[in-house]
Amino acid sequence: MSKPVLEIVGVSKRFGPTLANDSISLSLAQGEIVALLGENGAGKTTLMSILFGHYMADEGRVLVDGQELPQGKPRAAIRAGIGMVHQHFALAPNLTVLENVITGTQSLWSPKLRSSEARAKLLAISERFGLKVDPDARLGDLSVGEQQRVEILKALYNEARILVFDEPTAVLTQAESERLFATLKDMAAQGLSLIFISHKLDEVLSAANRVVVLRGGRHVAERNTSETSKAELAELMVGRTVTRPVREPSTPGELVLEAAAVTIRSDGVDRLKAVDFRLHAGEVLGIIGVSGNGQHMLAQLLSGTRSKTAGDLLLYGKAVDNLSVTDVVSAGIGRIPEDRNKEGAIGEMAIWENAILERVKAFSRGGLVDRKAAIAFAQTIVDRFDVRGGAPTSRIRLLSGGNMQKLILGRNLIDRPRILLAAQPARGLDEGAVAAVLERILEAKRQGTAVLLISEDLDEVMALADRIQAIVGGKLSPAISAEEASARKLGLMMAGEWTTEVPHAV
Amino acid sequence: MSAAFDIIASAGLWAAVLRIATPLILGTLGALLCERAGVLNLGIEGIMTFGAMIGWLSVYNGADLWTGFLVAALAGGLFGLLHSLLTVTLGLSQHVSGLGVTLFASSFSYYVFRLAVPVAGTPPTITPFQPIAIPRLSDLPFVGPAFFAQTPPTYLAIALALVLAYVIFRTPLGLAIRMTGENPHAAEAQGINPMVVRYGAVIVGSALMGMAGAFLTLSAFNSFFPTMVQGRGWICIALVVFASWRPLRALLGGLLFAFFDGFQLRLQTVLGGAVPYQLFLMIPYILSIVALALMARRARVPQALMQPYRRGER
Repeated sequence: MSKPVLEIVGVSKRFGPTLANDSISLSLAQGEIVALLGENGAGKTTLMSILFGHYMADEGRVLVDGQELPQGKPRAAIRAGIGMVHQHFALAPNLTVLENVITGTQSLWSPKLRSSEARAKLLAISERFGLKVDPDARLGDLSVGEQQRVEILKALYNEARILVFDEPTAVLTQAESERLFATLKDMAAQGLSLIFISHKLDEVLSAANRVVVLRGGRHVAERNTSETSKAELAELMVGRTVTRPVREPSTPGELVLEAAAVTIRSDGVDRLKAVDFRLHAGEVLGIIGVSGNGQHMLAQLLSGTRSKTAGDLLLYGKAVDNLSVTDVVSAGIGRIPEDRNKEGAIGEMAIWENAILERVKAFSRGGLVDRKAAIAFAQTIVDRFDVRGGAPTSRIRLLSGGNMQKLILGRNLIDRPRILLAAQPARGLDEGAVAAVLERILEAKRQGTAVLLISEDLDEVMALADRIQAIVGGKLSPAISAEEASARKLGLMMAGEWTTEVPHAV
Repeated sequence: MSAAFDIIASAGLWAAVLRIATPLILGTLGALLCERAGVLNLGIEGIMTFGAMIGWLSVYNGADLWTGFLVAALAGGLFGLLHSLLTVTLGLSQHVSGLGVTLFASSFSYYVFRLAVPVAGTPPTITPFQPIAIPRLSDLPFVGPAFFAQTPPTYLAIALALVLAYVIFRTPLGLAIRMTGENPHAAEAQGINPMVVRYGAVIVGSALMGMAGAFLTLSAFNSFFPTMVQGRGWICIALVVFASWRPLRALLGGLLFAFFDGFQLRLQTVLGGAVPYQLFLMIPYILSIVALALMARRARVPQALMQPYRRGER
C-alpha cells in the first residue's frame, strides 16, 4: 500500500461522562474509499468533526501527508485539502450555487469578488467529475440530489484531496444514490481519497474498498470489502448476532378497515386514484412503493389530517365520511408517522410530554396536567419498550432516532390499538433498532392489531406483510399474498406492471 | 387636486424629501446590515436617540460638526457591541435584547442630557450643518434647488447606500456576511467565523444608526429633546423589509416614505382648516403599510435571522 494521505492516531473525545471516541486510529491511502461503519451514536460523526476542526480532540493527532493538522480550525483543515460533505448540507438556500461555492474562498478584504474566474473554475470541476450544475440557479430551487452535488463541488473547489461524506445517501432516492456511488468511484479513480460514513451494509459493501467498524466509540474491526460479508459486518457493528424478525403465517380476523375507490385531490391533482384495500385484525398489509407515489396522502387520510375527495371508507363496518384526528385517536388507530422529527415528536419537549400528547385529557386533573401520573406513564413506556438514552424528564431531541421511534411505538402500542398505521417505521434506524421496531410490530399483530405498513424497503415488507399491495402514481395494485411474493414480482408491481399479471381487481 | 399638483411641482417639497429621508436612509442601512448577518437590531430607536443627544452635546461643548457626527457613530457602535454581546455571545433573544437596548439608550440619553444641560425654558441651540450647493448642478432649474442644495450628511447617506450595495453584493466580505445571515454553519464550514462577522455587522450597523440620530440634531434641527426620534427607528425596521434587504431599495424606500411625509406636511397647510391635521399625519404610515404589504410578500428573508449561532450545534 502506498504512503497514507491521512492518518488519525489515537483520537479520544469525551462529552461529559460519555466517551464518544476512545483512542481511534485510522489511515487512508490515495485513491482509496474507506467506509466508516457503525450504528448511530458509535462515534463516526464525532471523529469526522474532529478531523474537520469542528471539535477539539482530548487526545490524539491527525496527520495529513505526514504533517500534523492543528486542531479546532476548519480553515486549516480546508487548506490541508480536507473537504466535508455534511449530512445536513452546509448551504444557504437564498444564495446562488456559485455564491455558495465561493464563500470564504477569497480574501475577505479584497475589494472585488472575482466571480468570472470562480465560475470558470467551478464549471471545469463540474465537467471533470460529471457533476452538472447551473452556477446561477438559486440553491433553494434545486432538488436534494442537486444540492448534494453543490456540497461536493464546494469541497472540490477548495481543492480537497480527502473527502468525507457523512451519511450521503440518507436523503437520496435509490437512483440518486446509485449515481452518487458512480461519482465516488470516479473520484477515487482520479486520485482523490474518500471516507464515507454509513450504517447501511449494502452500500458499504458495494462502494468501499475497506471498512472500518466503530462500536461504542471504539475501533472494533477493519476488513477489506472483498473479504467480508454482510452478516459479518452486521455482527461487528452491533456486537452480537442480529436477525431481523420474520412473520409467521396467521389467520386474519374480522375486517376492520376498508377503502373502496378512495380518491384524494389536492392542488388540482389526483394524489390517490380510486384506491381499494381491506385490512383485517391480526394481519399486516404491506403497501410497497417508491416514495412520493401517494403514500403520504394515504397516511394522512388514515391519520385524520386530510379528507378524501371521493370514495368510501369503512371503519369497523361503518361508513365514515371524514376522520378528524380526535376520531382517529378515539377509534383506536395508532400511528407511526413517516417523519418522526416533524410529525412524531416535539424535540424541545420532554419525553413524558411527548408520551401523553394524544391523551392529555386522561392526564389532566382540574384543568392541570397531572405530572406525576404522566411521568409514571412515560416511565412505563421507557421500561417496556426499552427506550435508552434519557429519563422521562429529558428532552426527546436528545434521544437517538431508534430510541425516539421506540417511544413513539410504545406510546401507540401500550393501549393495544385496533389498527396500527406504520409509515416507514424503520427508515434511518440502525440495525439493532430496526430489529427491535419490527419485532414490536409483529408482536402487535399477534395480539390482534391490524397493521398497515407503508414502506419502500422490499426486504422489510417481505419479512413482515401477510398481504402486499404496490402503490404507483397514486394507484394501488390488487393484493398478493406473502406466499406469492418474490423480489422480482414486487419489483414489477412497484414499476406499475400489475395489470398483465393479475387480471382482476379484488 | 390642483393643490396636490402644486405641492408636487414645488422644488421646496423635493428638497424637504431628501432632508426627511436622510435619517431614514442611514437608519435603514444600519438595520439592514445587522439583519444581513442574521441579527435583528431593535435597539435602533434608542441608538438613534443617543446619537442625536451625544452628537449635539459634543458640538454644544465646542467640537466641530463632523466630530459630533463621528462621536455619535462611535457611541452607536458601542451600543452595537452591547447588543452583540447579548445576542451573539450569549445567544439571547434578539427581540428582547434589542428592546432592552432601546429602553436603556433612550433613558440614558435623557439622563446624560439633563446632567450636562440644566433645565431651561428655551432649549439651547447649536449652529447646524448648512446646505452646500453643488457647483453647476445646483444652478439647474427645479432640479438644482430640489436635489443639489442639501447638507453634507445627506450626500453622505446617499453615498453610503451605494457603498453598502457594492460591499454586500460585489465583495467577498459581503458574501461572507450574507452567508452568515443565511446559514452560519455553512459559513463556518467554509472557514469563516460567524461570530466575528455578526459582531462586525452589528457594530458597524449600529454606528450608522447613531449617525442617523445625529443628523436630526446636527442638520435637520439645532437642539435636542428626548422624544425627537419619534418612531423613526421603527420605520427603518419596516423599511428593511420593504427594501427586501437591499441597500438601493432602502434608499428608495426612505425617499418614498419621506415623500409621503413632506407631502402631508404641505397638504396640512393648504387644507388645514377643513380637515383635522392628525388625519394627514397618518398618511405616510398608511401608505407605508400598503407599500410594505405589496413588496414584502416576495421578500426573501435571511434564513438565519434571529437564530443564535452556537458552535457544534445544529
